[in-house]
Amino acid sequence: MATTINVNGVDRTVDVDGDTPLLWVLRDLLGMTGTKFGCGAALCGACTVHIDGVATRSCIIAIDSVGTSAVTTIEAIGATAAGARIQKAWLDREVVQCGYCQSGQIMSASALLAKNPHPTDADINDAMSGNICRCGTYVRIREAIKDAAQSNRQGALQ
Amino acid sequence: MILDHNSSRAGSGRSQPANDLSRRNFLQVGAATGGGLLLSLRLPVLGGEAQAADGSDFSPNAFVRVDRDGQIVLTMPYVEMGQGTYTAIPMLIAEELEVDLKQIRLEHAPPNEKLYANPMLGVQATGNSNAMRGGWQPMRQAGATARIMLVAAAAKRWNVDPASCRAQNGEVLHPPTGRRVKYAELAADAAGIPVPDKVVLKRPEDFRLIGTPAKRLDAPAKVNGTAVYGIDARPAGAKIATLAQSPVFGGRVKSVDDKAARAVKGVRQIVRLDDAVAVVADHMGAAKKGLAALVIEWDEGPHAKLGTADIAAELEQATLKTGAVAQNIGDVDKAMAGAATKIEATYEVPFLAHATMEPMNCTAHVHKDGCEIWLGSQAMARIQAAAAKTAGLPLDRVVVHNHLIGGGFGRRLEADGVIRAVEIAKQVEGPVKVVWTREEDIQHDIYRPYWFDRFAAGLDEKGMPIAWNHRFAGSSVIARWLPPGFKNGLDPDSTEGAIDLVYALPNFHVEFVRVEPPGIPTAFWRSVGPSHNVFVVESFIDELAAAARQDPVAYRSALLDHNPRAKAVLALAAEKGGWAKKLPKGSGRGASLQFVFGSYEAHVVEVEVSKDGDVRVRRVVCAVDCGTVVNPDTVQAQIQSGIMFGATAALYGKITLENGRVQQSNFDTYQVLRINEAPAIEVHIVKSSEPPGGMGETGTSAIVPAIANAIFAATGKRLRKMPVAGSQLKSG
Repeated sequence: MATTINVNGVDRTVDVDGDTPLLWVLRDLLGMTGTKFGCGAALCGACTVHIDGVATRSCIIAIDSVGTSAVTTIEAIGATAAGARIQKAWLDREVVQCGYCQSGQIMSASALLAKNPHPTDADINDAMSGNICRCGTYVRIREAIKDAAQSNRQGALQ
Repeated sequence: MILDHNSSRAGSGRSQPANDLSRRNFLQVGAATGGGLLLSLRLPVLGGEAQAADGSDFSPNAFVRVDRDGQIVLTMPYVEMGQGTYTAIPMLIAEELEVDLKQIRLEHAPPNEKLYANPMLGVQATGNSNAMRGGWQPMRQAGATARIMLVAAAAKRWNVDPASCRAQNGEVLHPPTGRRVKYAELAADAAGIPVPDKVVLKRPEDFRLIGTPAKRLDAPAKVNGTAVYGIDARPAGAKIATLAQSPVFGGRVKSVDDKAARAVKGVRQIVRLDDAVAVVADHMGAAKKGLAALVIEWDEGPHAKLGTADIAAELEQATLKTGAVAQNIGDVDKAMAGAATKIEATYEVPFLAHATMEPMNCTAHVHKDGCEIWLGSQAMARIQAAAAKTAGLPLDRVVVHNHLIGGGFGRRLEADGVIRAVEIAKQVEGPVKVVWTREEDIQHDIYRPYWFDRFAAGLDEKGMPIAWNHRFAGSSVIARWLPPGFKNGLDPDSTEGAIDLVYALPNFHVEFVRVEPPGIPTAFWRSVGPSHNVFVVESFIDELAAAARQDPVAYRSALLDHNPRAKAVLALAAEKGGWAKKLPKGSGRGASLQFVFGSYEAHVVEVEVSKDGDVRVRRVVCAVDCGTVVNPDTVQAQIQSGIMFGATAALYGKITLENGRVQQSNFDTYQVLRINEAPAIEVHIVKSSEPPGGMGETGTSAIVPAIANAIFAATGKRLRKMPVAGSQLKSG
């Protein structure tokens, strides 16, 4: 069955079973490999995308449940204010190591910052504890989110 | 003659010959294809056995090219898997060549066991935390040689004395006349300049890059989704496959009913192998759905009843027999007989999975002219050889494209994945990307070995150790992976951290008994041998301190008078970690100290144990002396990383078997530390001008005993079997 979804502002049509997870549509059919496969069971967060701005594990979201919602992936998150700040903070803080989980980390962090410009440590734990990093970059992820929030504050003052 | 200021001992201030290497033994210079300057390097091989005395069999394994467009291209045997080697190794060249780090571009080395051999392993592989240790001297010498030749080319062009010129920022300057010329314009001329006899390396105080934090060269692509890992390879027309391998190691496929699987939309083909079944589809969603629809009957083979308890029991029995003597100092039996107190203990550490964030995968295309492979590997030449053998092709018909690695930790030193992919690809028309589900990845990993340890120590009347006897049993990864490395019942990995201890122990005896578990393959796993040995040694020394009723840090320190670097890192960690400060009830502080991978490291850890027995690691203070620091930011990052990796193992890590099957399957049953559980980490680096030590794995081994010792301080309970989860720590 042909299904049309809106990814990063563009309508894309694919012909797959309706229960096909969004992750595989993005990666294997649309060639958008920035979104990563980690566990297939919403346990690790590597596949996180935004659906109408909400951080969502694309490995368990069936394509036919996306409907007309806006899907945003790592490839386009830099075009959002929160996403751009998070990406810059990630570079400034030298967060990445192997980097494989970082698309998902950045998507979760961007969703957090867009909704909550000044997250507390507890807010960061709530938003980020679904994202595993085997390189253990957590200390820097926390610092980078705080930096991005700080630049948000400074931006608001200017 | 090669002169190297930095090889002199700290404080001596005099230059001295680096070693007996003469330049022609490791470095050749000539014209590159396209007219640039090409330096071919021979990095020294472990033990030096491959160095011909006269340099006659020169075979380079790394290349530095100065192109006519000014680009500096480095092809090197080490791969990037998050450890920062793509930034730190180019820093060595940039430092001496006087170019900006950004001017250096890296190319993945193609597979070639001879050409790109790791200098310390003797084969093409990235592991053992040795890229910096192997590259430190030759990479700087290559940079300096190229700089001297570029300067000479400019001086010749201007008809001036080379000594009146200097190199700076990718240019040669002639200050008296203000002339300047870019390397790009000199590269072709420089190739014709005689190779200098004498290369003087910079003094540490003149370093411009080394010792300063450098931005990772691979970071931008990793934050915007454009970085390409093995799993992202998409050769034209590639299909996607996923697989089910025999749930029992050594089992075989008995029958397959694939009717329902074939009916799944997008499924193209079912590939049956001797011990696995793969579903080939248009996308992974269809492949997984097809796999779930398969009805496979297995012949479970000889290991159908195997359980972890059987393996542990066999290892325990093995420690009652004698093993290969790894180290003997003095006379342990005699000293033990005269000891005032005798302490005995046994320890066990479990099998562990790697659980790299990027699940195992490999893309293969077997066609009439050869075979093409796409993946991320720590051991390219091994991949090529395995693919060639499986495809029945000569090596030169196998092309391997290496990619970024989404976590290695030793898993991607193995070739099992490429063998599977080629087996499947042989039956598929066109390229096929084989992707392991997470469950398959964890249940068919090649595991960190299970080890069982038996200790006995004798203390004198003051409580100090006068006899140390340690025998341990487990598998040898080296014996399988690099057979020549296993000699007389021993290998350097299994014993690292168990012998050559930092402590003064006058009577010391260590034996290793190699026992391979039936059917269970074992592999390197971040810090491997030390991940076990440092845990048991640093736990047992803590037991001795407790038996002697002495402070664990003071007790260790009293055994370190002969070892100032070890003593200093322990003192620094204790000071910064507030060792003397009291903690509330239910909390405890533990210490550890190690010298492994060429680096000294001490940890002081604070844990909190709830009444229910839940353990929370609150704070880790780490002091490290890794010799000369090339990129301090990488050192800090690797320690943070190693600590999280080791803490995960200490708290949760365990692969168990029942009825021949691995019981863990995904991140719910094989738990990984998450951000809400991550401790605060402080890293204190000791300033040193000793040669650099390895840093990729040290945090992993040091943290485990520090956590166990902190739990002892908090609860009085000694953990002799990892992991912490499942231990009886409940007090309320």
